[in-house]
Amino acid sequence: MTQFVIAGLNGLTLAALYFIVASGFTLVFGLLRVVNLAHGSLYLLGAYLGWSTWQMTESWVLGVVTAALAMAVVGAVLQVALFSWMQGQDMRQALLTIGLSIVIADQLLRHYGGLAYQMTPPEPLRPATPLTGLGISYPTFRLFVLGLAVLIAVGLWLLLNRTRTGVMIRAGIDDRAMLSASGINVQRVFVLVFALGAGLAGLAGVVGGTAFSVAPGRDVEYLLAALVVVIVGGMGSVGGAALGAVLIGVTQQYGLAYFPTYSYLVTFALMVGVLALRPQGLMGRAA
Amino acid sequence: MTPTPTTPSRRRAGPQARTIRRALLGGVLVGLLVFPLLAHPFFVLQIGAQTFVFGTVALSLIFLAAYGGMISLGQIALYGLSSYTVAILSLRHEVPWPLTVLLAVLVAATFGLIFGLVAVRTRGIYLLMITLALAMLVFLFTRQNDTIFGGWVGFTGVQAPIVGGVWLRSATVFYYLCLGVALLCYAAVRYVARAPFGLALQGIRDNERRMRALGYRVELHRVAAFVFAGALAGLGGVIGVWYQGAVSPASIDLARNIMILMMAVVGGIAYPAGAFVGALVFILLDNFTTTYLDRERFNTYIGLVFVVILLVAPNGLLGIGDQLKQAFARRRRGREPADGAPSPAASNAPATPDEVQGEGITVERRG
Repeated sequence: MTQFVIAGLNGLTLAALYFIVASGFTLVFGLLRVVNLAHGSLYLLGAYLGWSTWQMTESWVLGVVTAALAMAVVGAVLQVALFSWMQGQDMRQALLTIGLSIVIADQLLRHYGGLAYQMTPPEPLRPATPLTGLGISYPTFRLFVLGLAVLIAVGLWLLLNRTRTGVMIRAGIDDRAMLSASGINVQRVFVLVFALGAGLAGLAGVVGGTAFSVAPGRDVEYLLAALVVVIVGGMGSVGGAALGAVLIGVTQQYGLAYFPTYSYLVTFALMVGVLALRPQGLMGRAA
Repeated sequence: MTPTPTTPSRRRAGPQARTIRRALLGGVLVGLLVFPLLAHPFFVLQIGAQTFVFGTVALSLIFLAAYGGMISLGQIALYGLSSYTVAILSLRHEVPWPLTVLLAVLVAATFGLIFGLVAVRTRGIYLLMITLALAMLVFLFTRQNDTIFGGWVGFTGVQAPIVGGVWLRSATVFYYLCLGVALLCYAAVRYVARAPFGLALQGIRDNERRMRALGYRVELHRVAAFVFAGALAGLGGVIGVWYQGAVSPASIDLARNIMILMMAVVGGIAYPAGAFVGALVFILLDNFTTTYLDRERFNTYIGLVFVVILLVAPNGLLGIGDQLKQAFARRRRGREPADGAPSPAASNAPATPDEVQGEGITVERRG
């Protein structure tokens, strides 16, 4: 029973992290139609930047803020300098991001080496919280990650549904040409969304680097996780990313707890199953 | 070279251009044949054989992409399954080699069938991802399974057969074997592309709905293309495992998978010969960074080469010729009064990676 509860909580923590990564990925895809396969690299770059900042200033919060802002800038630059002038060429953009991710991963390896780093969260988040109803105690930081993901989900919902920018983004997802025709500077909205998505990846990097670790290969790991989550949930849908994240995170952890040998296969099998039966994803609209 | 439907500009090539092209092709062929006589044995295998092994896998990707509009990341898994079949049959069961080869190709084609059946309903980026997921499934399964696939270690000590007293793996012999396999696959792709099946496949790539309305069975053609491409990758798997003498999950991991895709794109994803050009560029770069540059940073160099090619020559190295031809044509037309009509050169352009995906998600639809 305890194992069941802990695996479930671990699954939800992982799901929270997956959601933060995947929501940025899905927003960028939904509006810009860019499958950003360098999203994992932004995650890892953010994680390393956060780690360096934390090492220098000993402030975890500053690390998170630096990583998120720096990645937002990188995202905006990528959109302005590269993707804006090959719009509509999805495959070329996707391939380009593969090339970028390879270069970034290699340069990070050169600079930070192959060791794994971990960050410690600020003092109040360090101890374990006793969960009296369940008779166990659970790391406070992981509960914080859960809360953060919920906060981000609510924030994104408010942004998309309650603000003028959100209206523009949703209109752009439905019909870019029409949005542009109604006098909106679509390019500016694109840059904004790319910055937001990349910033979320950077933020997730520091959070993930604190809950787990920062190491080479994490970029691919989280990129694949984000891909699976978003495809299962439906590309371009933030709600779908949430659903997909919970589904993948929880199955992964239960798989790890109950049939460890083949647990890694479960996620991909789930993705293949969803794509084969419902190509647009659980909450995606028919393409 | 003979015309391919993705490069219609070649169809109108005059007799003079055709002669030049034939001479060029003959020259390349002669060069390939005499290469082992002139080069150091190390290069014969390290450069020559490796290029043909990976080129064959890249060719199977290019076949699906250029003629079917489907960019598949599953080909490396089919290559691997073939290699594993060879290893298991020859090491554990001592099956005679012709039967081993046959079964290996059959296994790859069968899994090509399965991949095709799973992926057939998806298009464009989605097809890329579902095939990637399938390849990851195979990779993870081989890594986690000890009883059949030997887990993380895989198999070592796979020997190429001795035929008529000649060991097929000896440098020069193996080079010609790989060259033969590569040429066979290349010829098969060119033949299939012009056969009724290949023409229908290209019709489906260009306009699926019209082909369906004409009575073609779209799904069947797509799946069959996957089976054929699977067999090609399977042949690559046989010579690959004979070359390496070993196969393990690392032979089919994500990095290898992306490498095959990059080879295809660098060489030119719309041209079958691009597979081998791309593979050669990769292998050369791999070997020369070891000698002249920092070997550790190979990924940075190859990543930058890939990015630059995508930025300046999205049709790959083989596409540069067509790209220049169009640029000149555009300049020539620029002197004539513009009439505002869409430029005919645009419709004659060889397929870029995006056009290759056919009726993919480039088509914006309203929800």
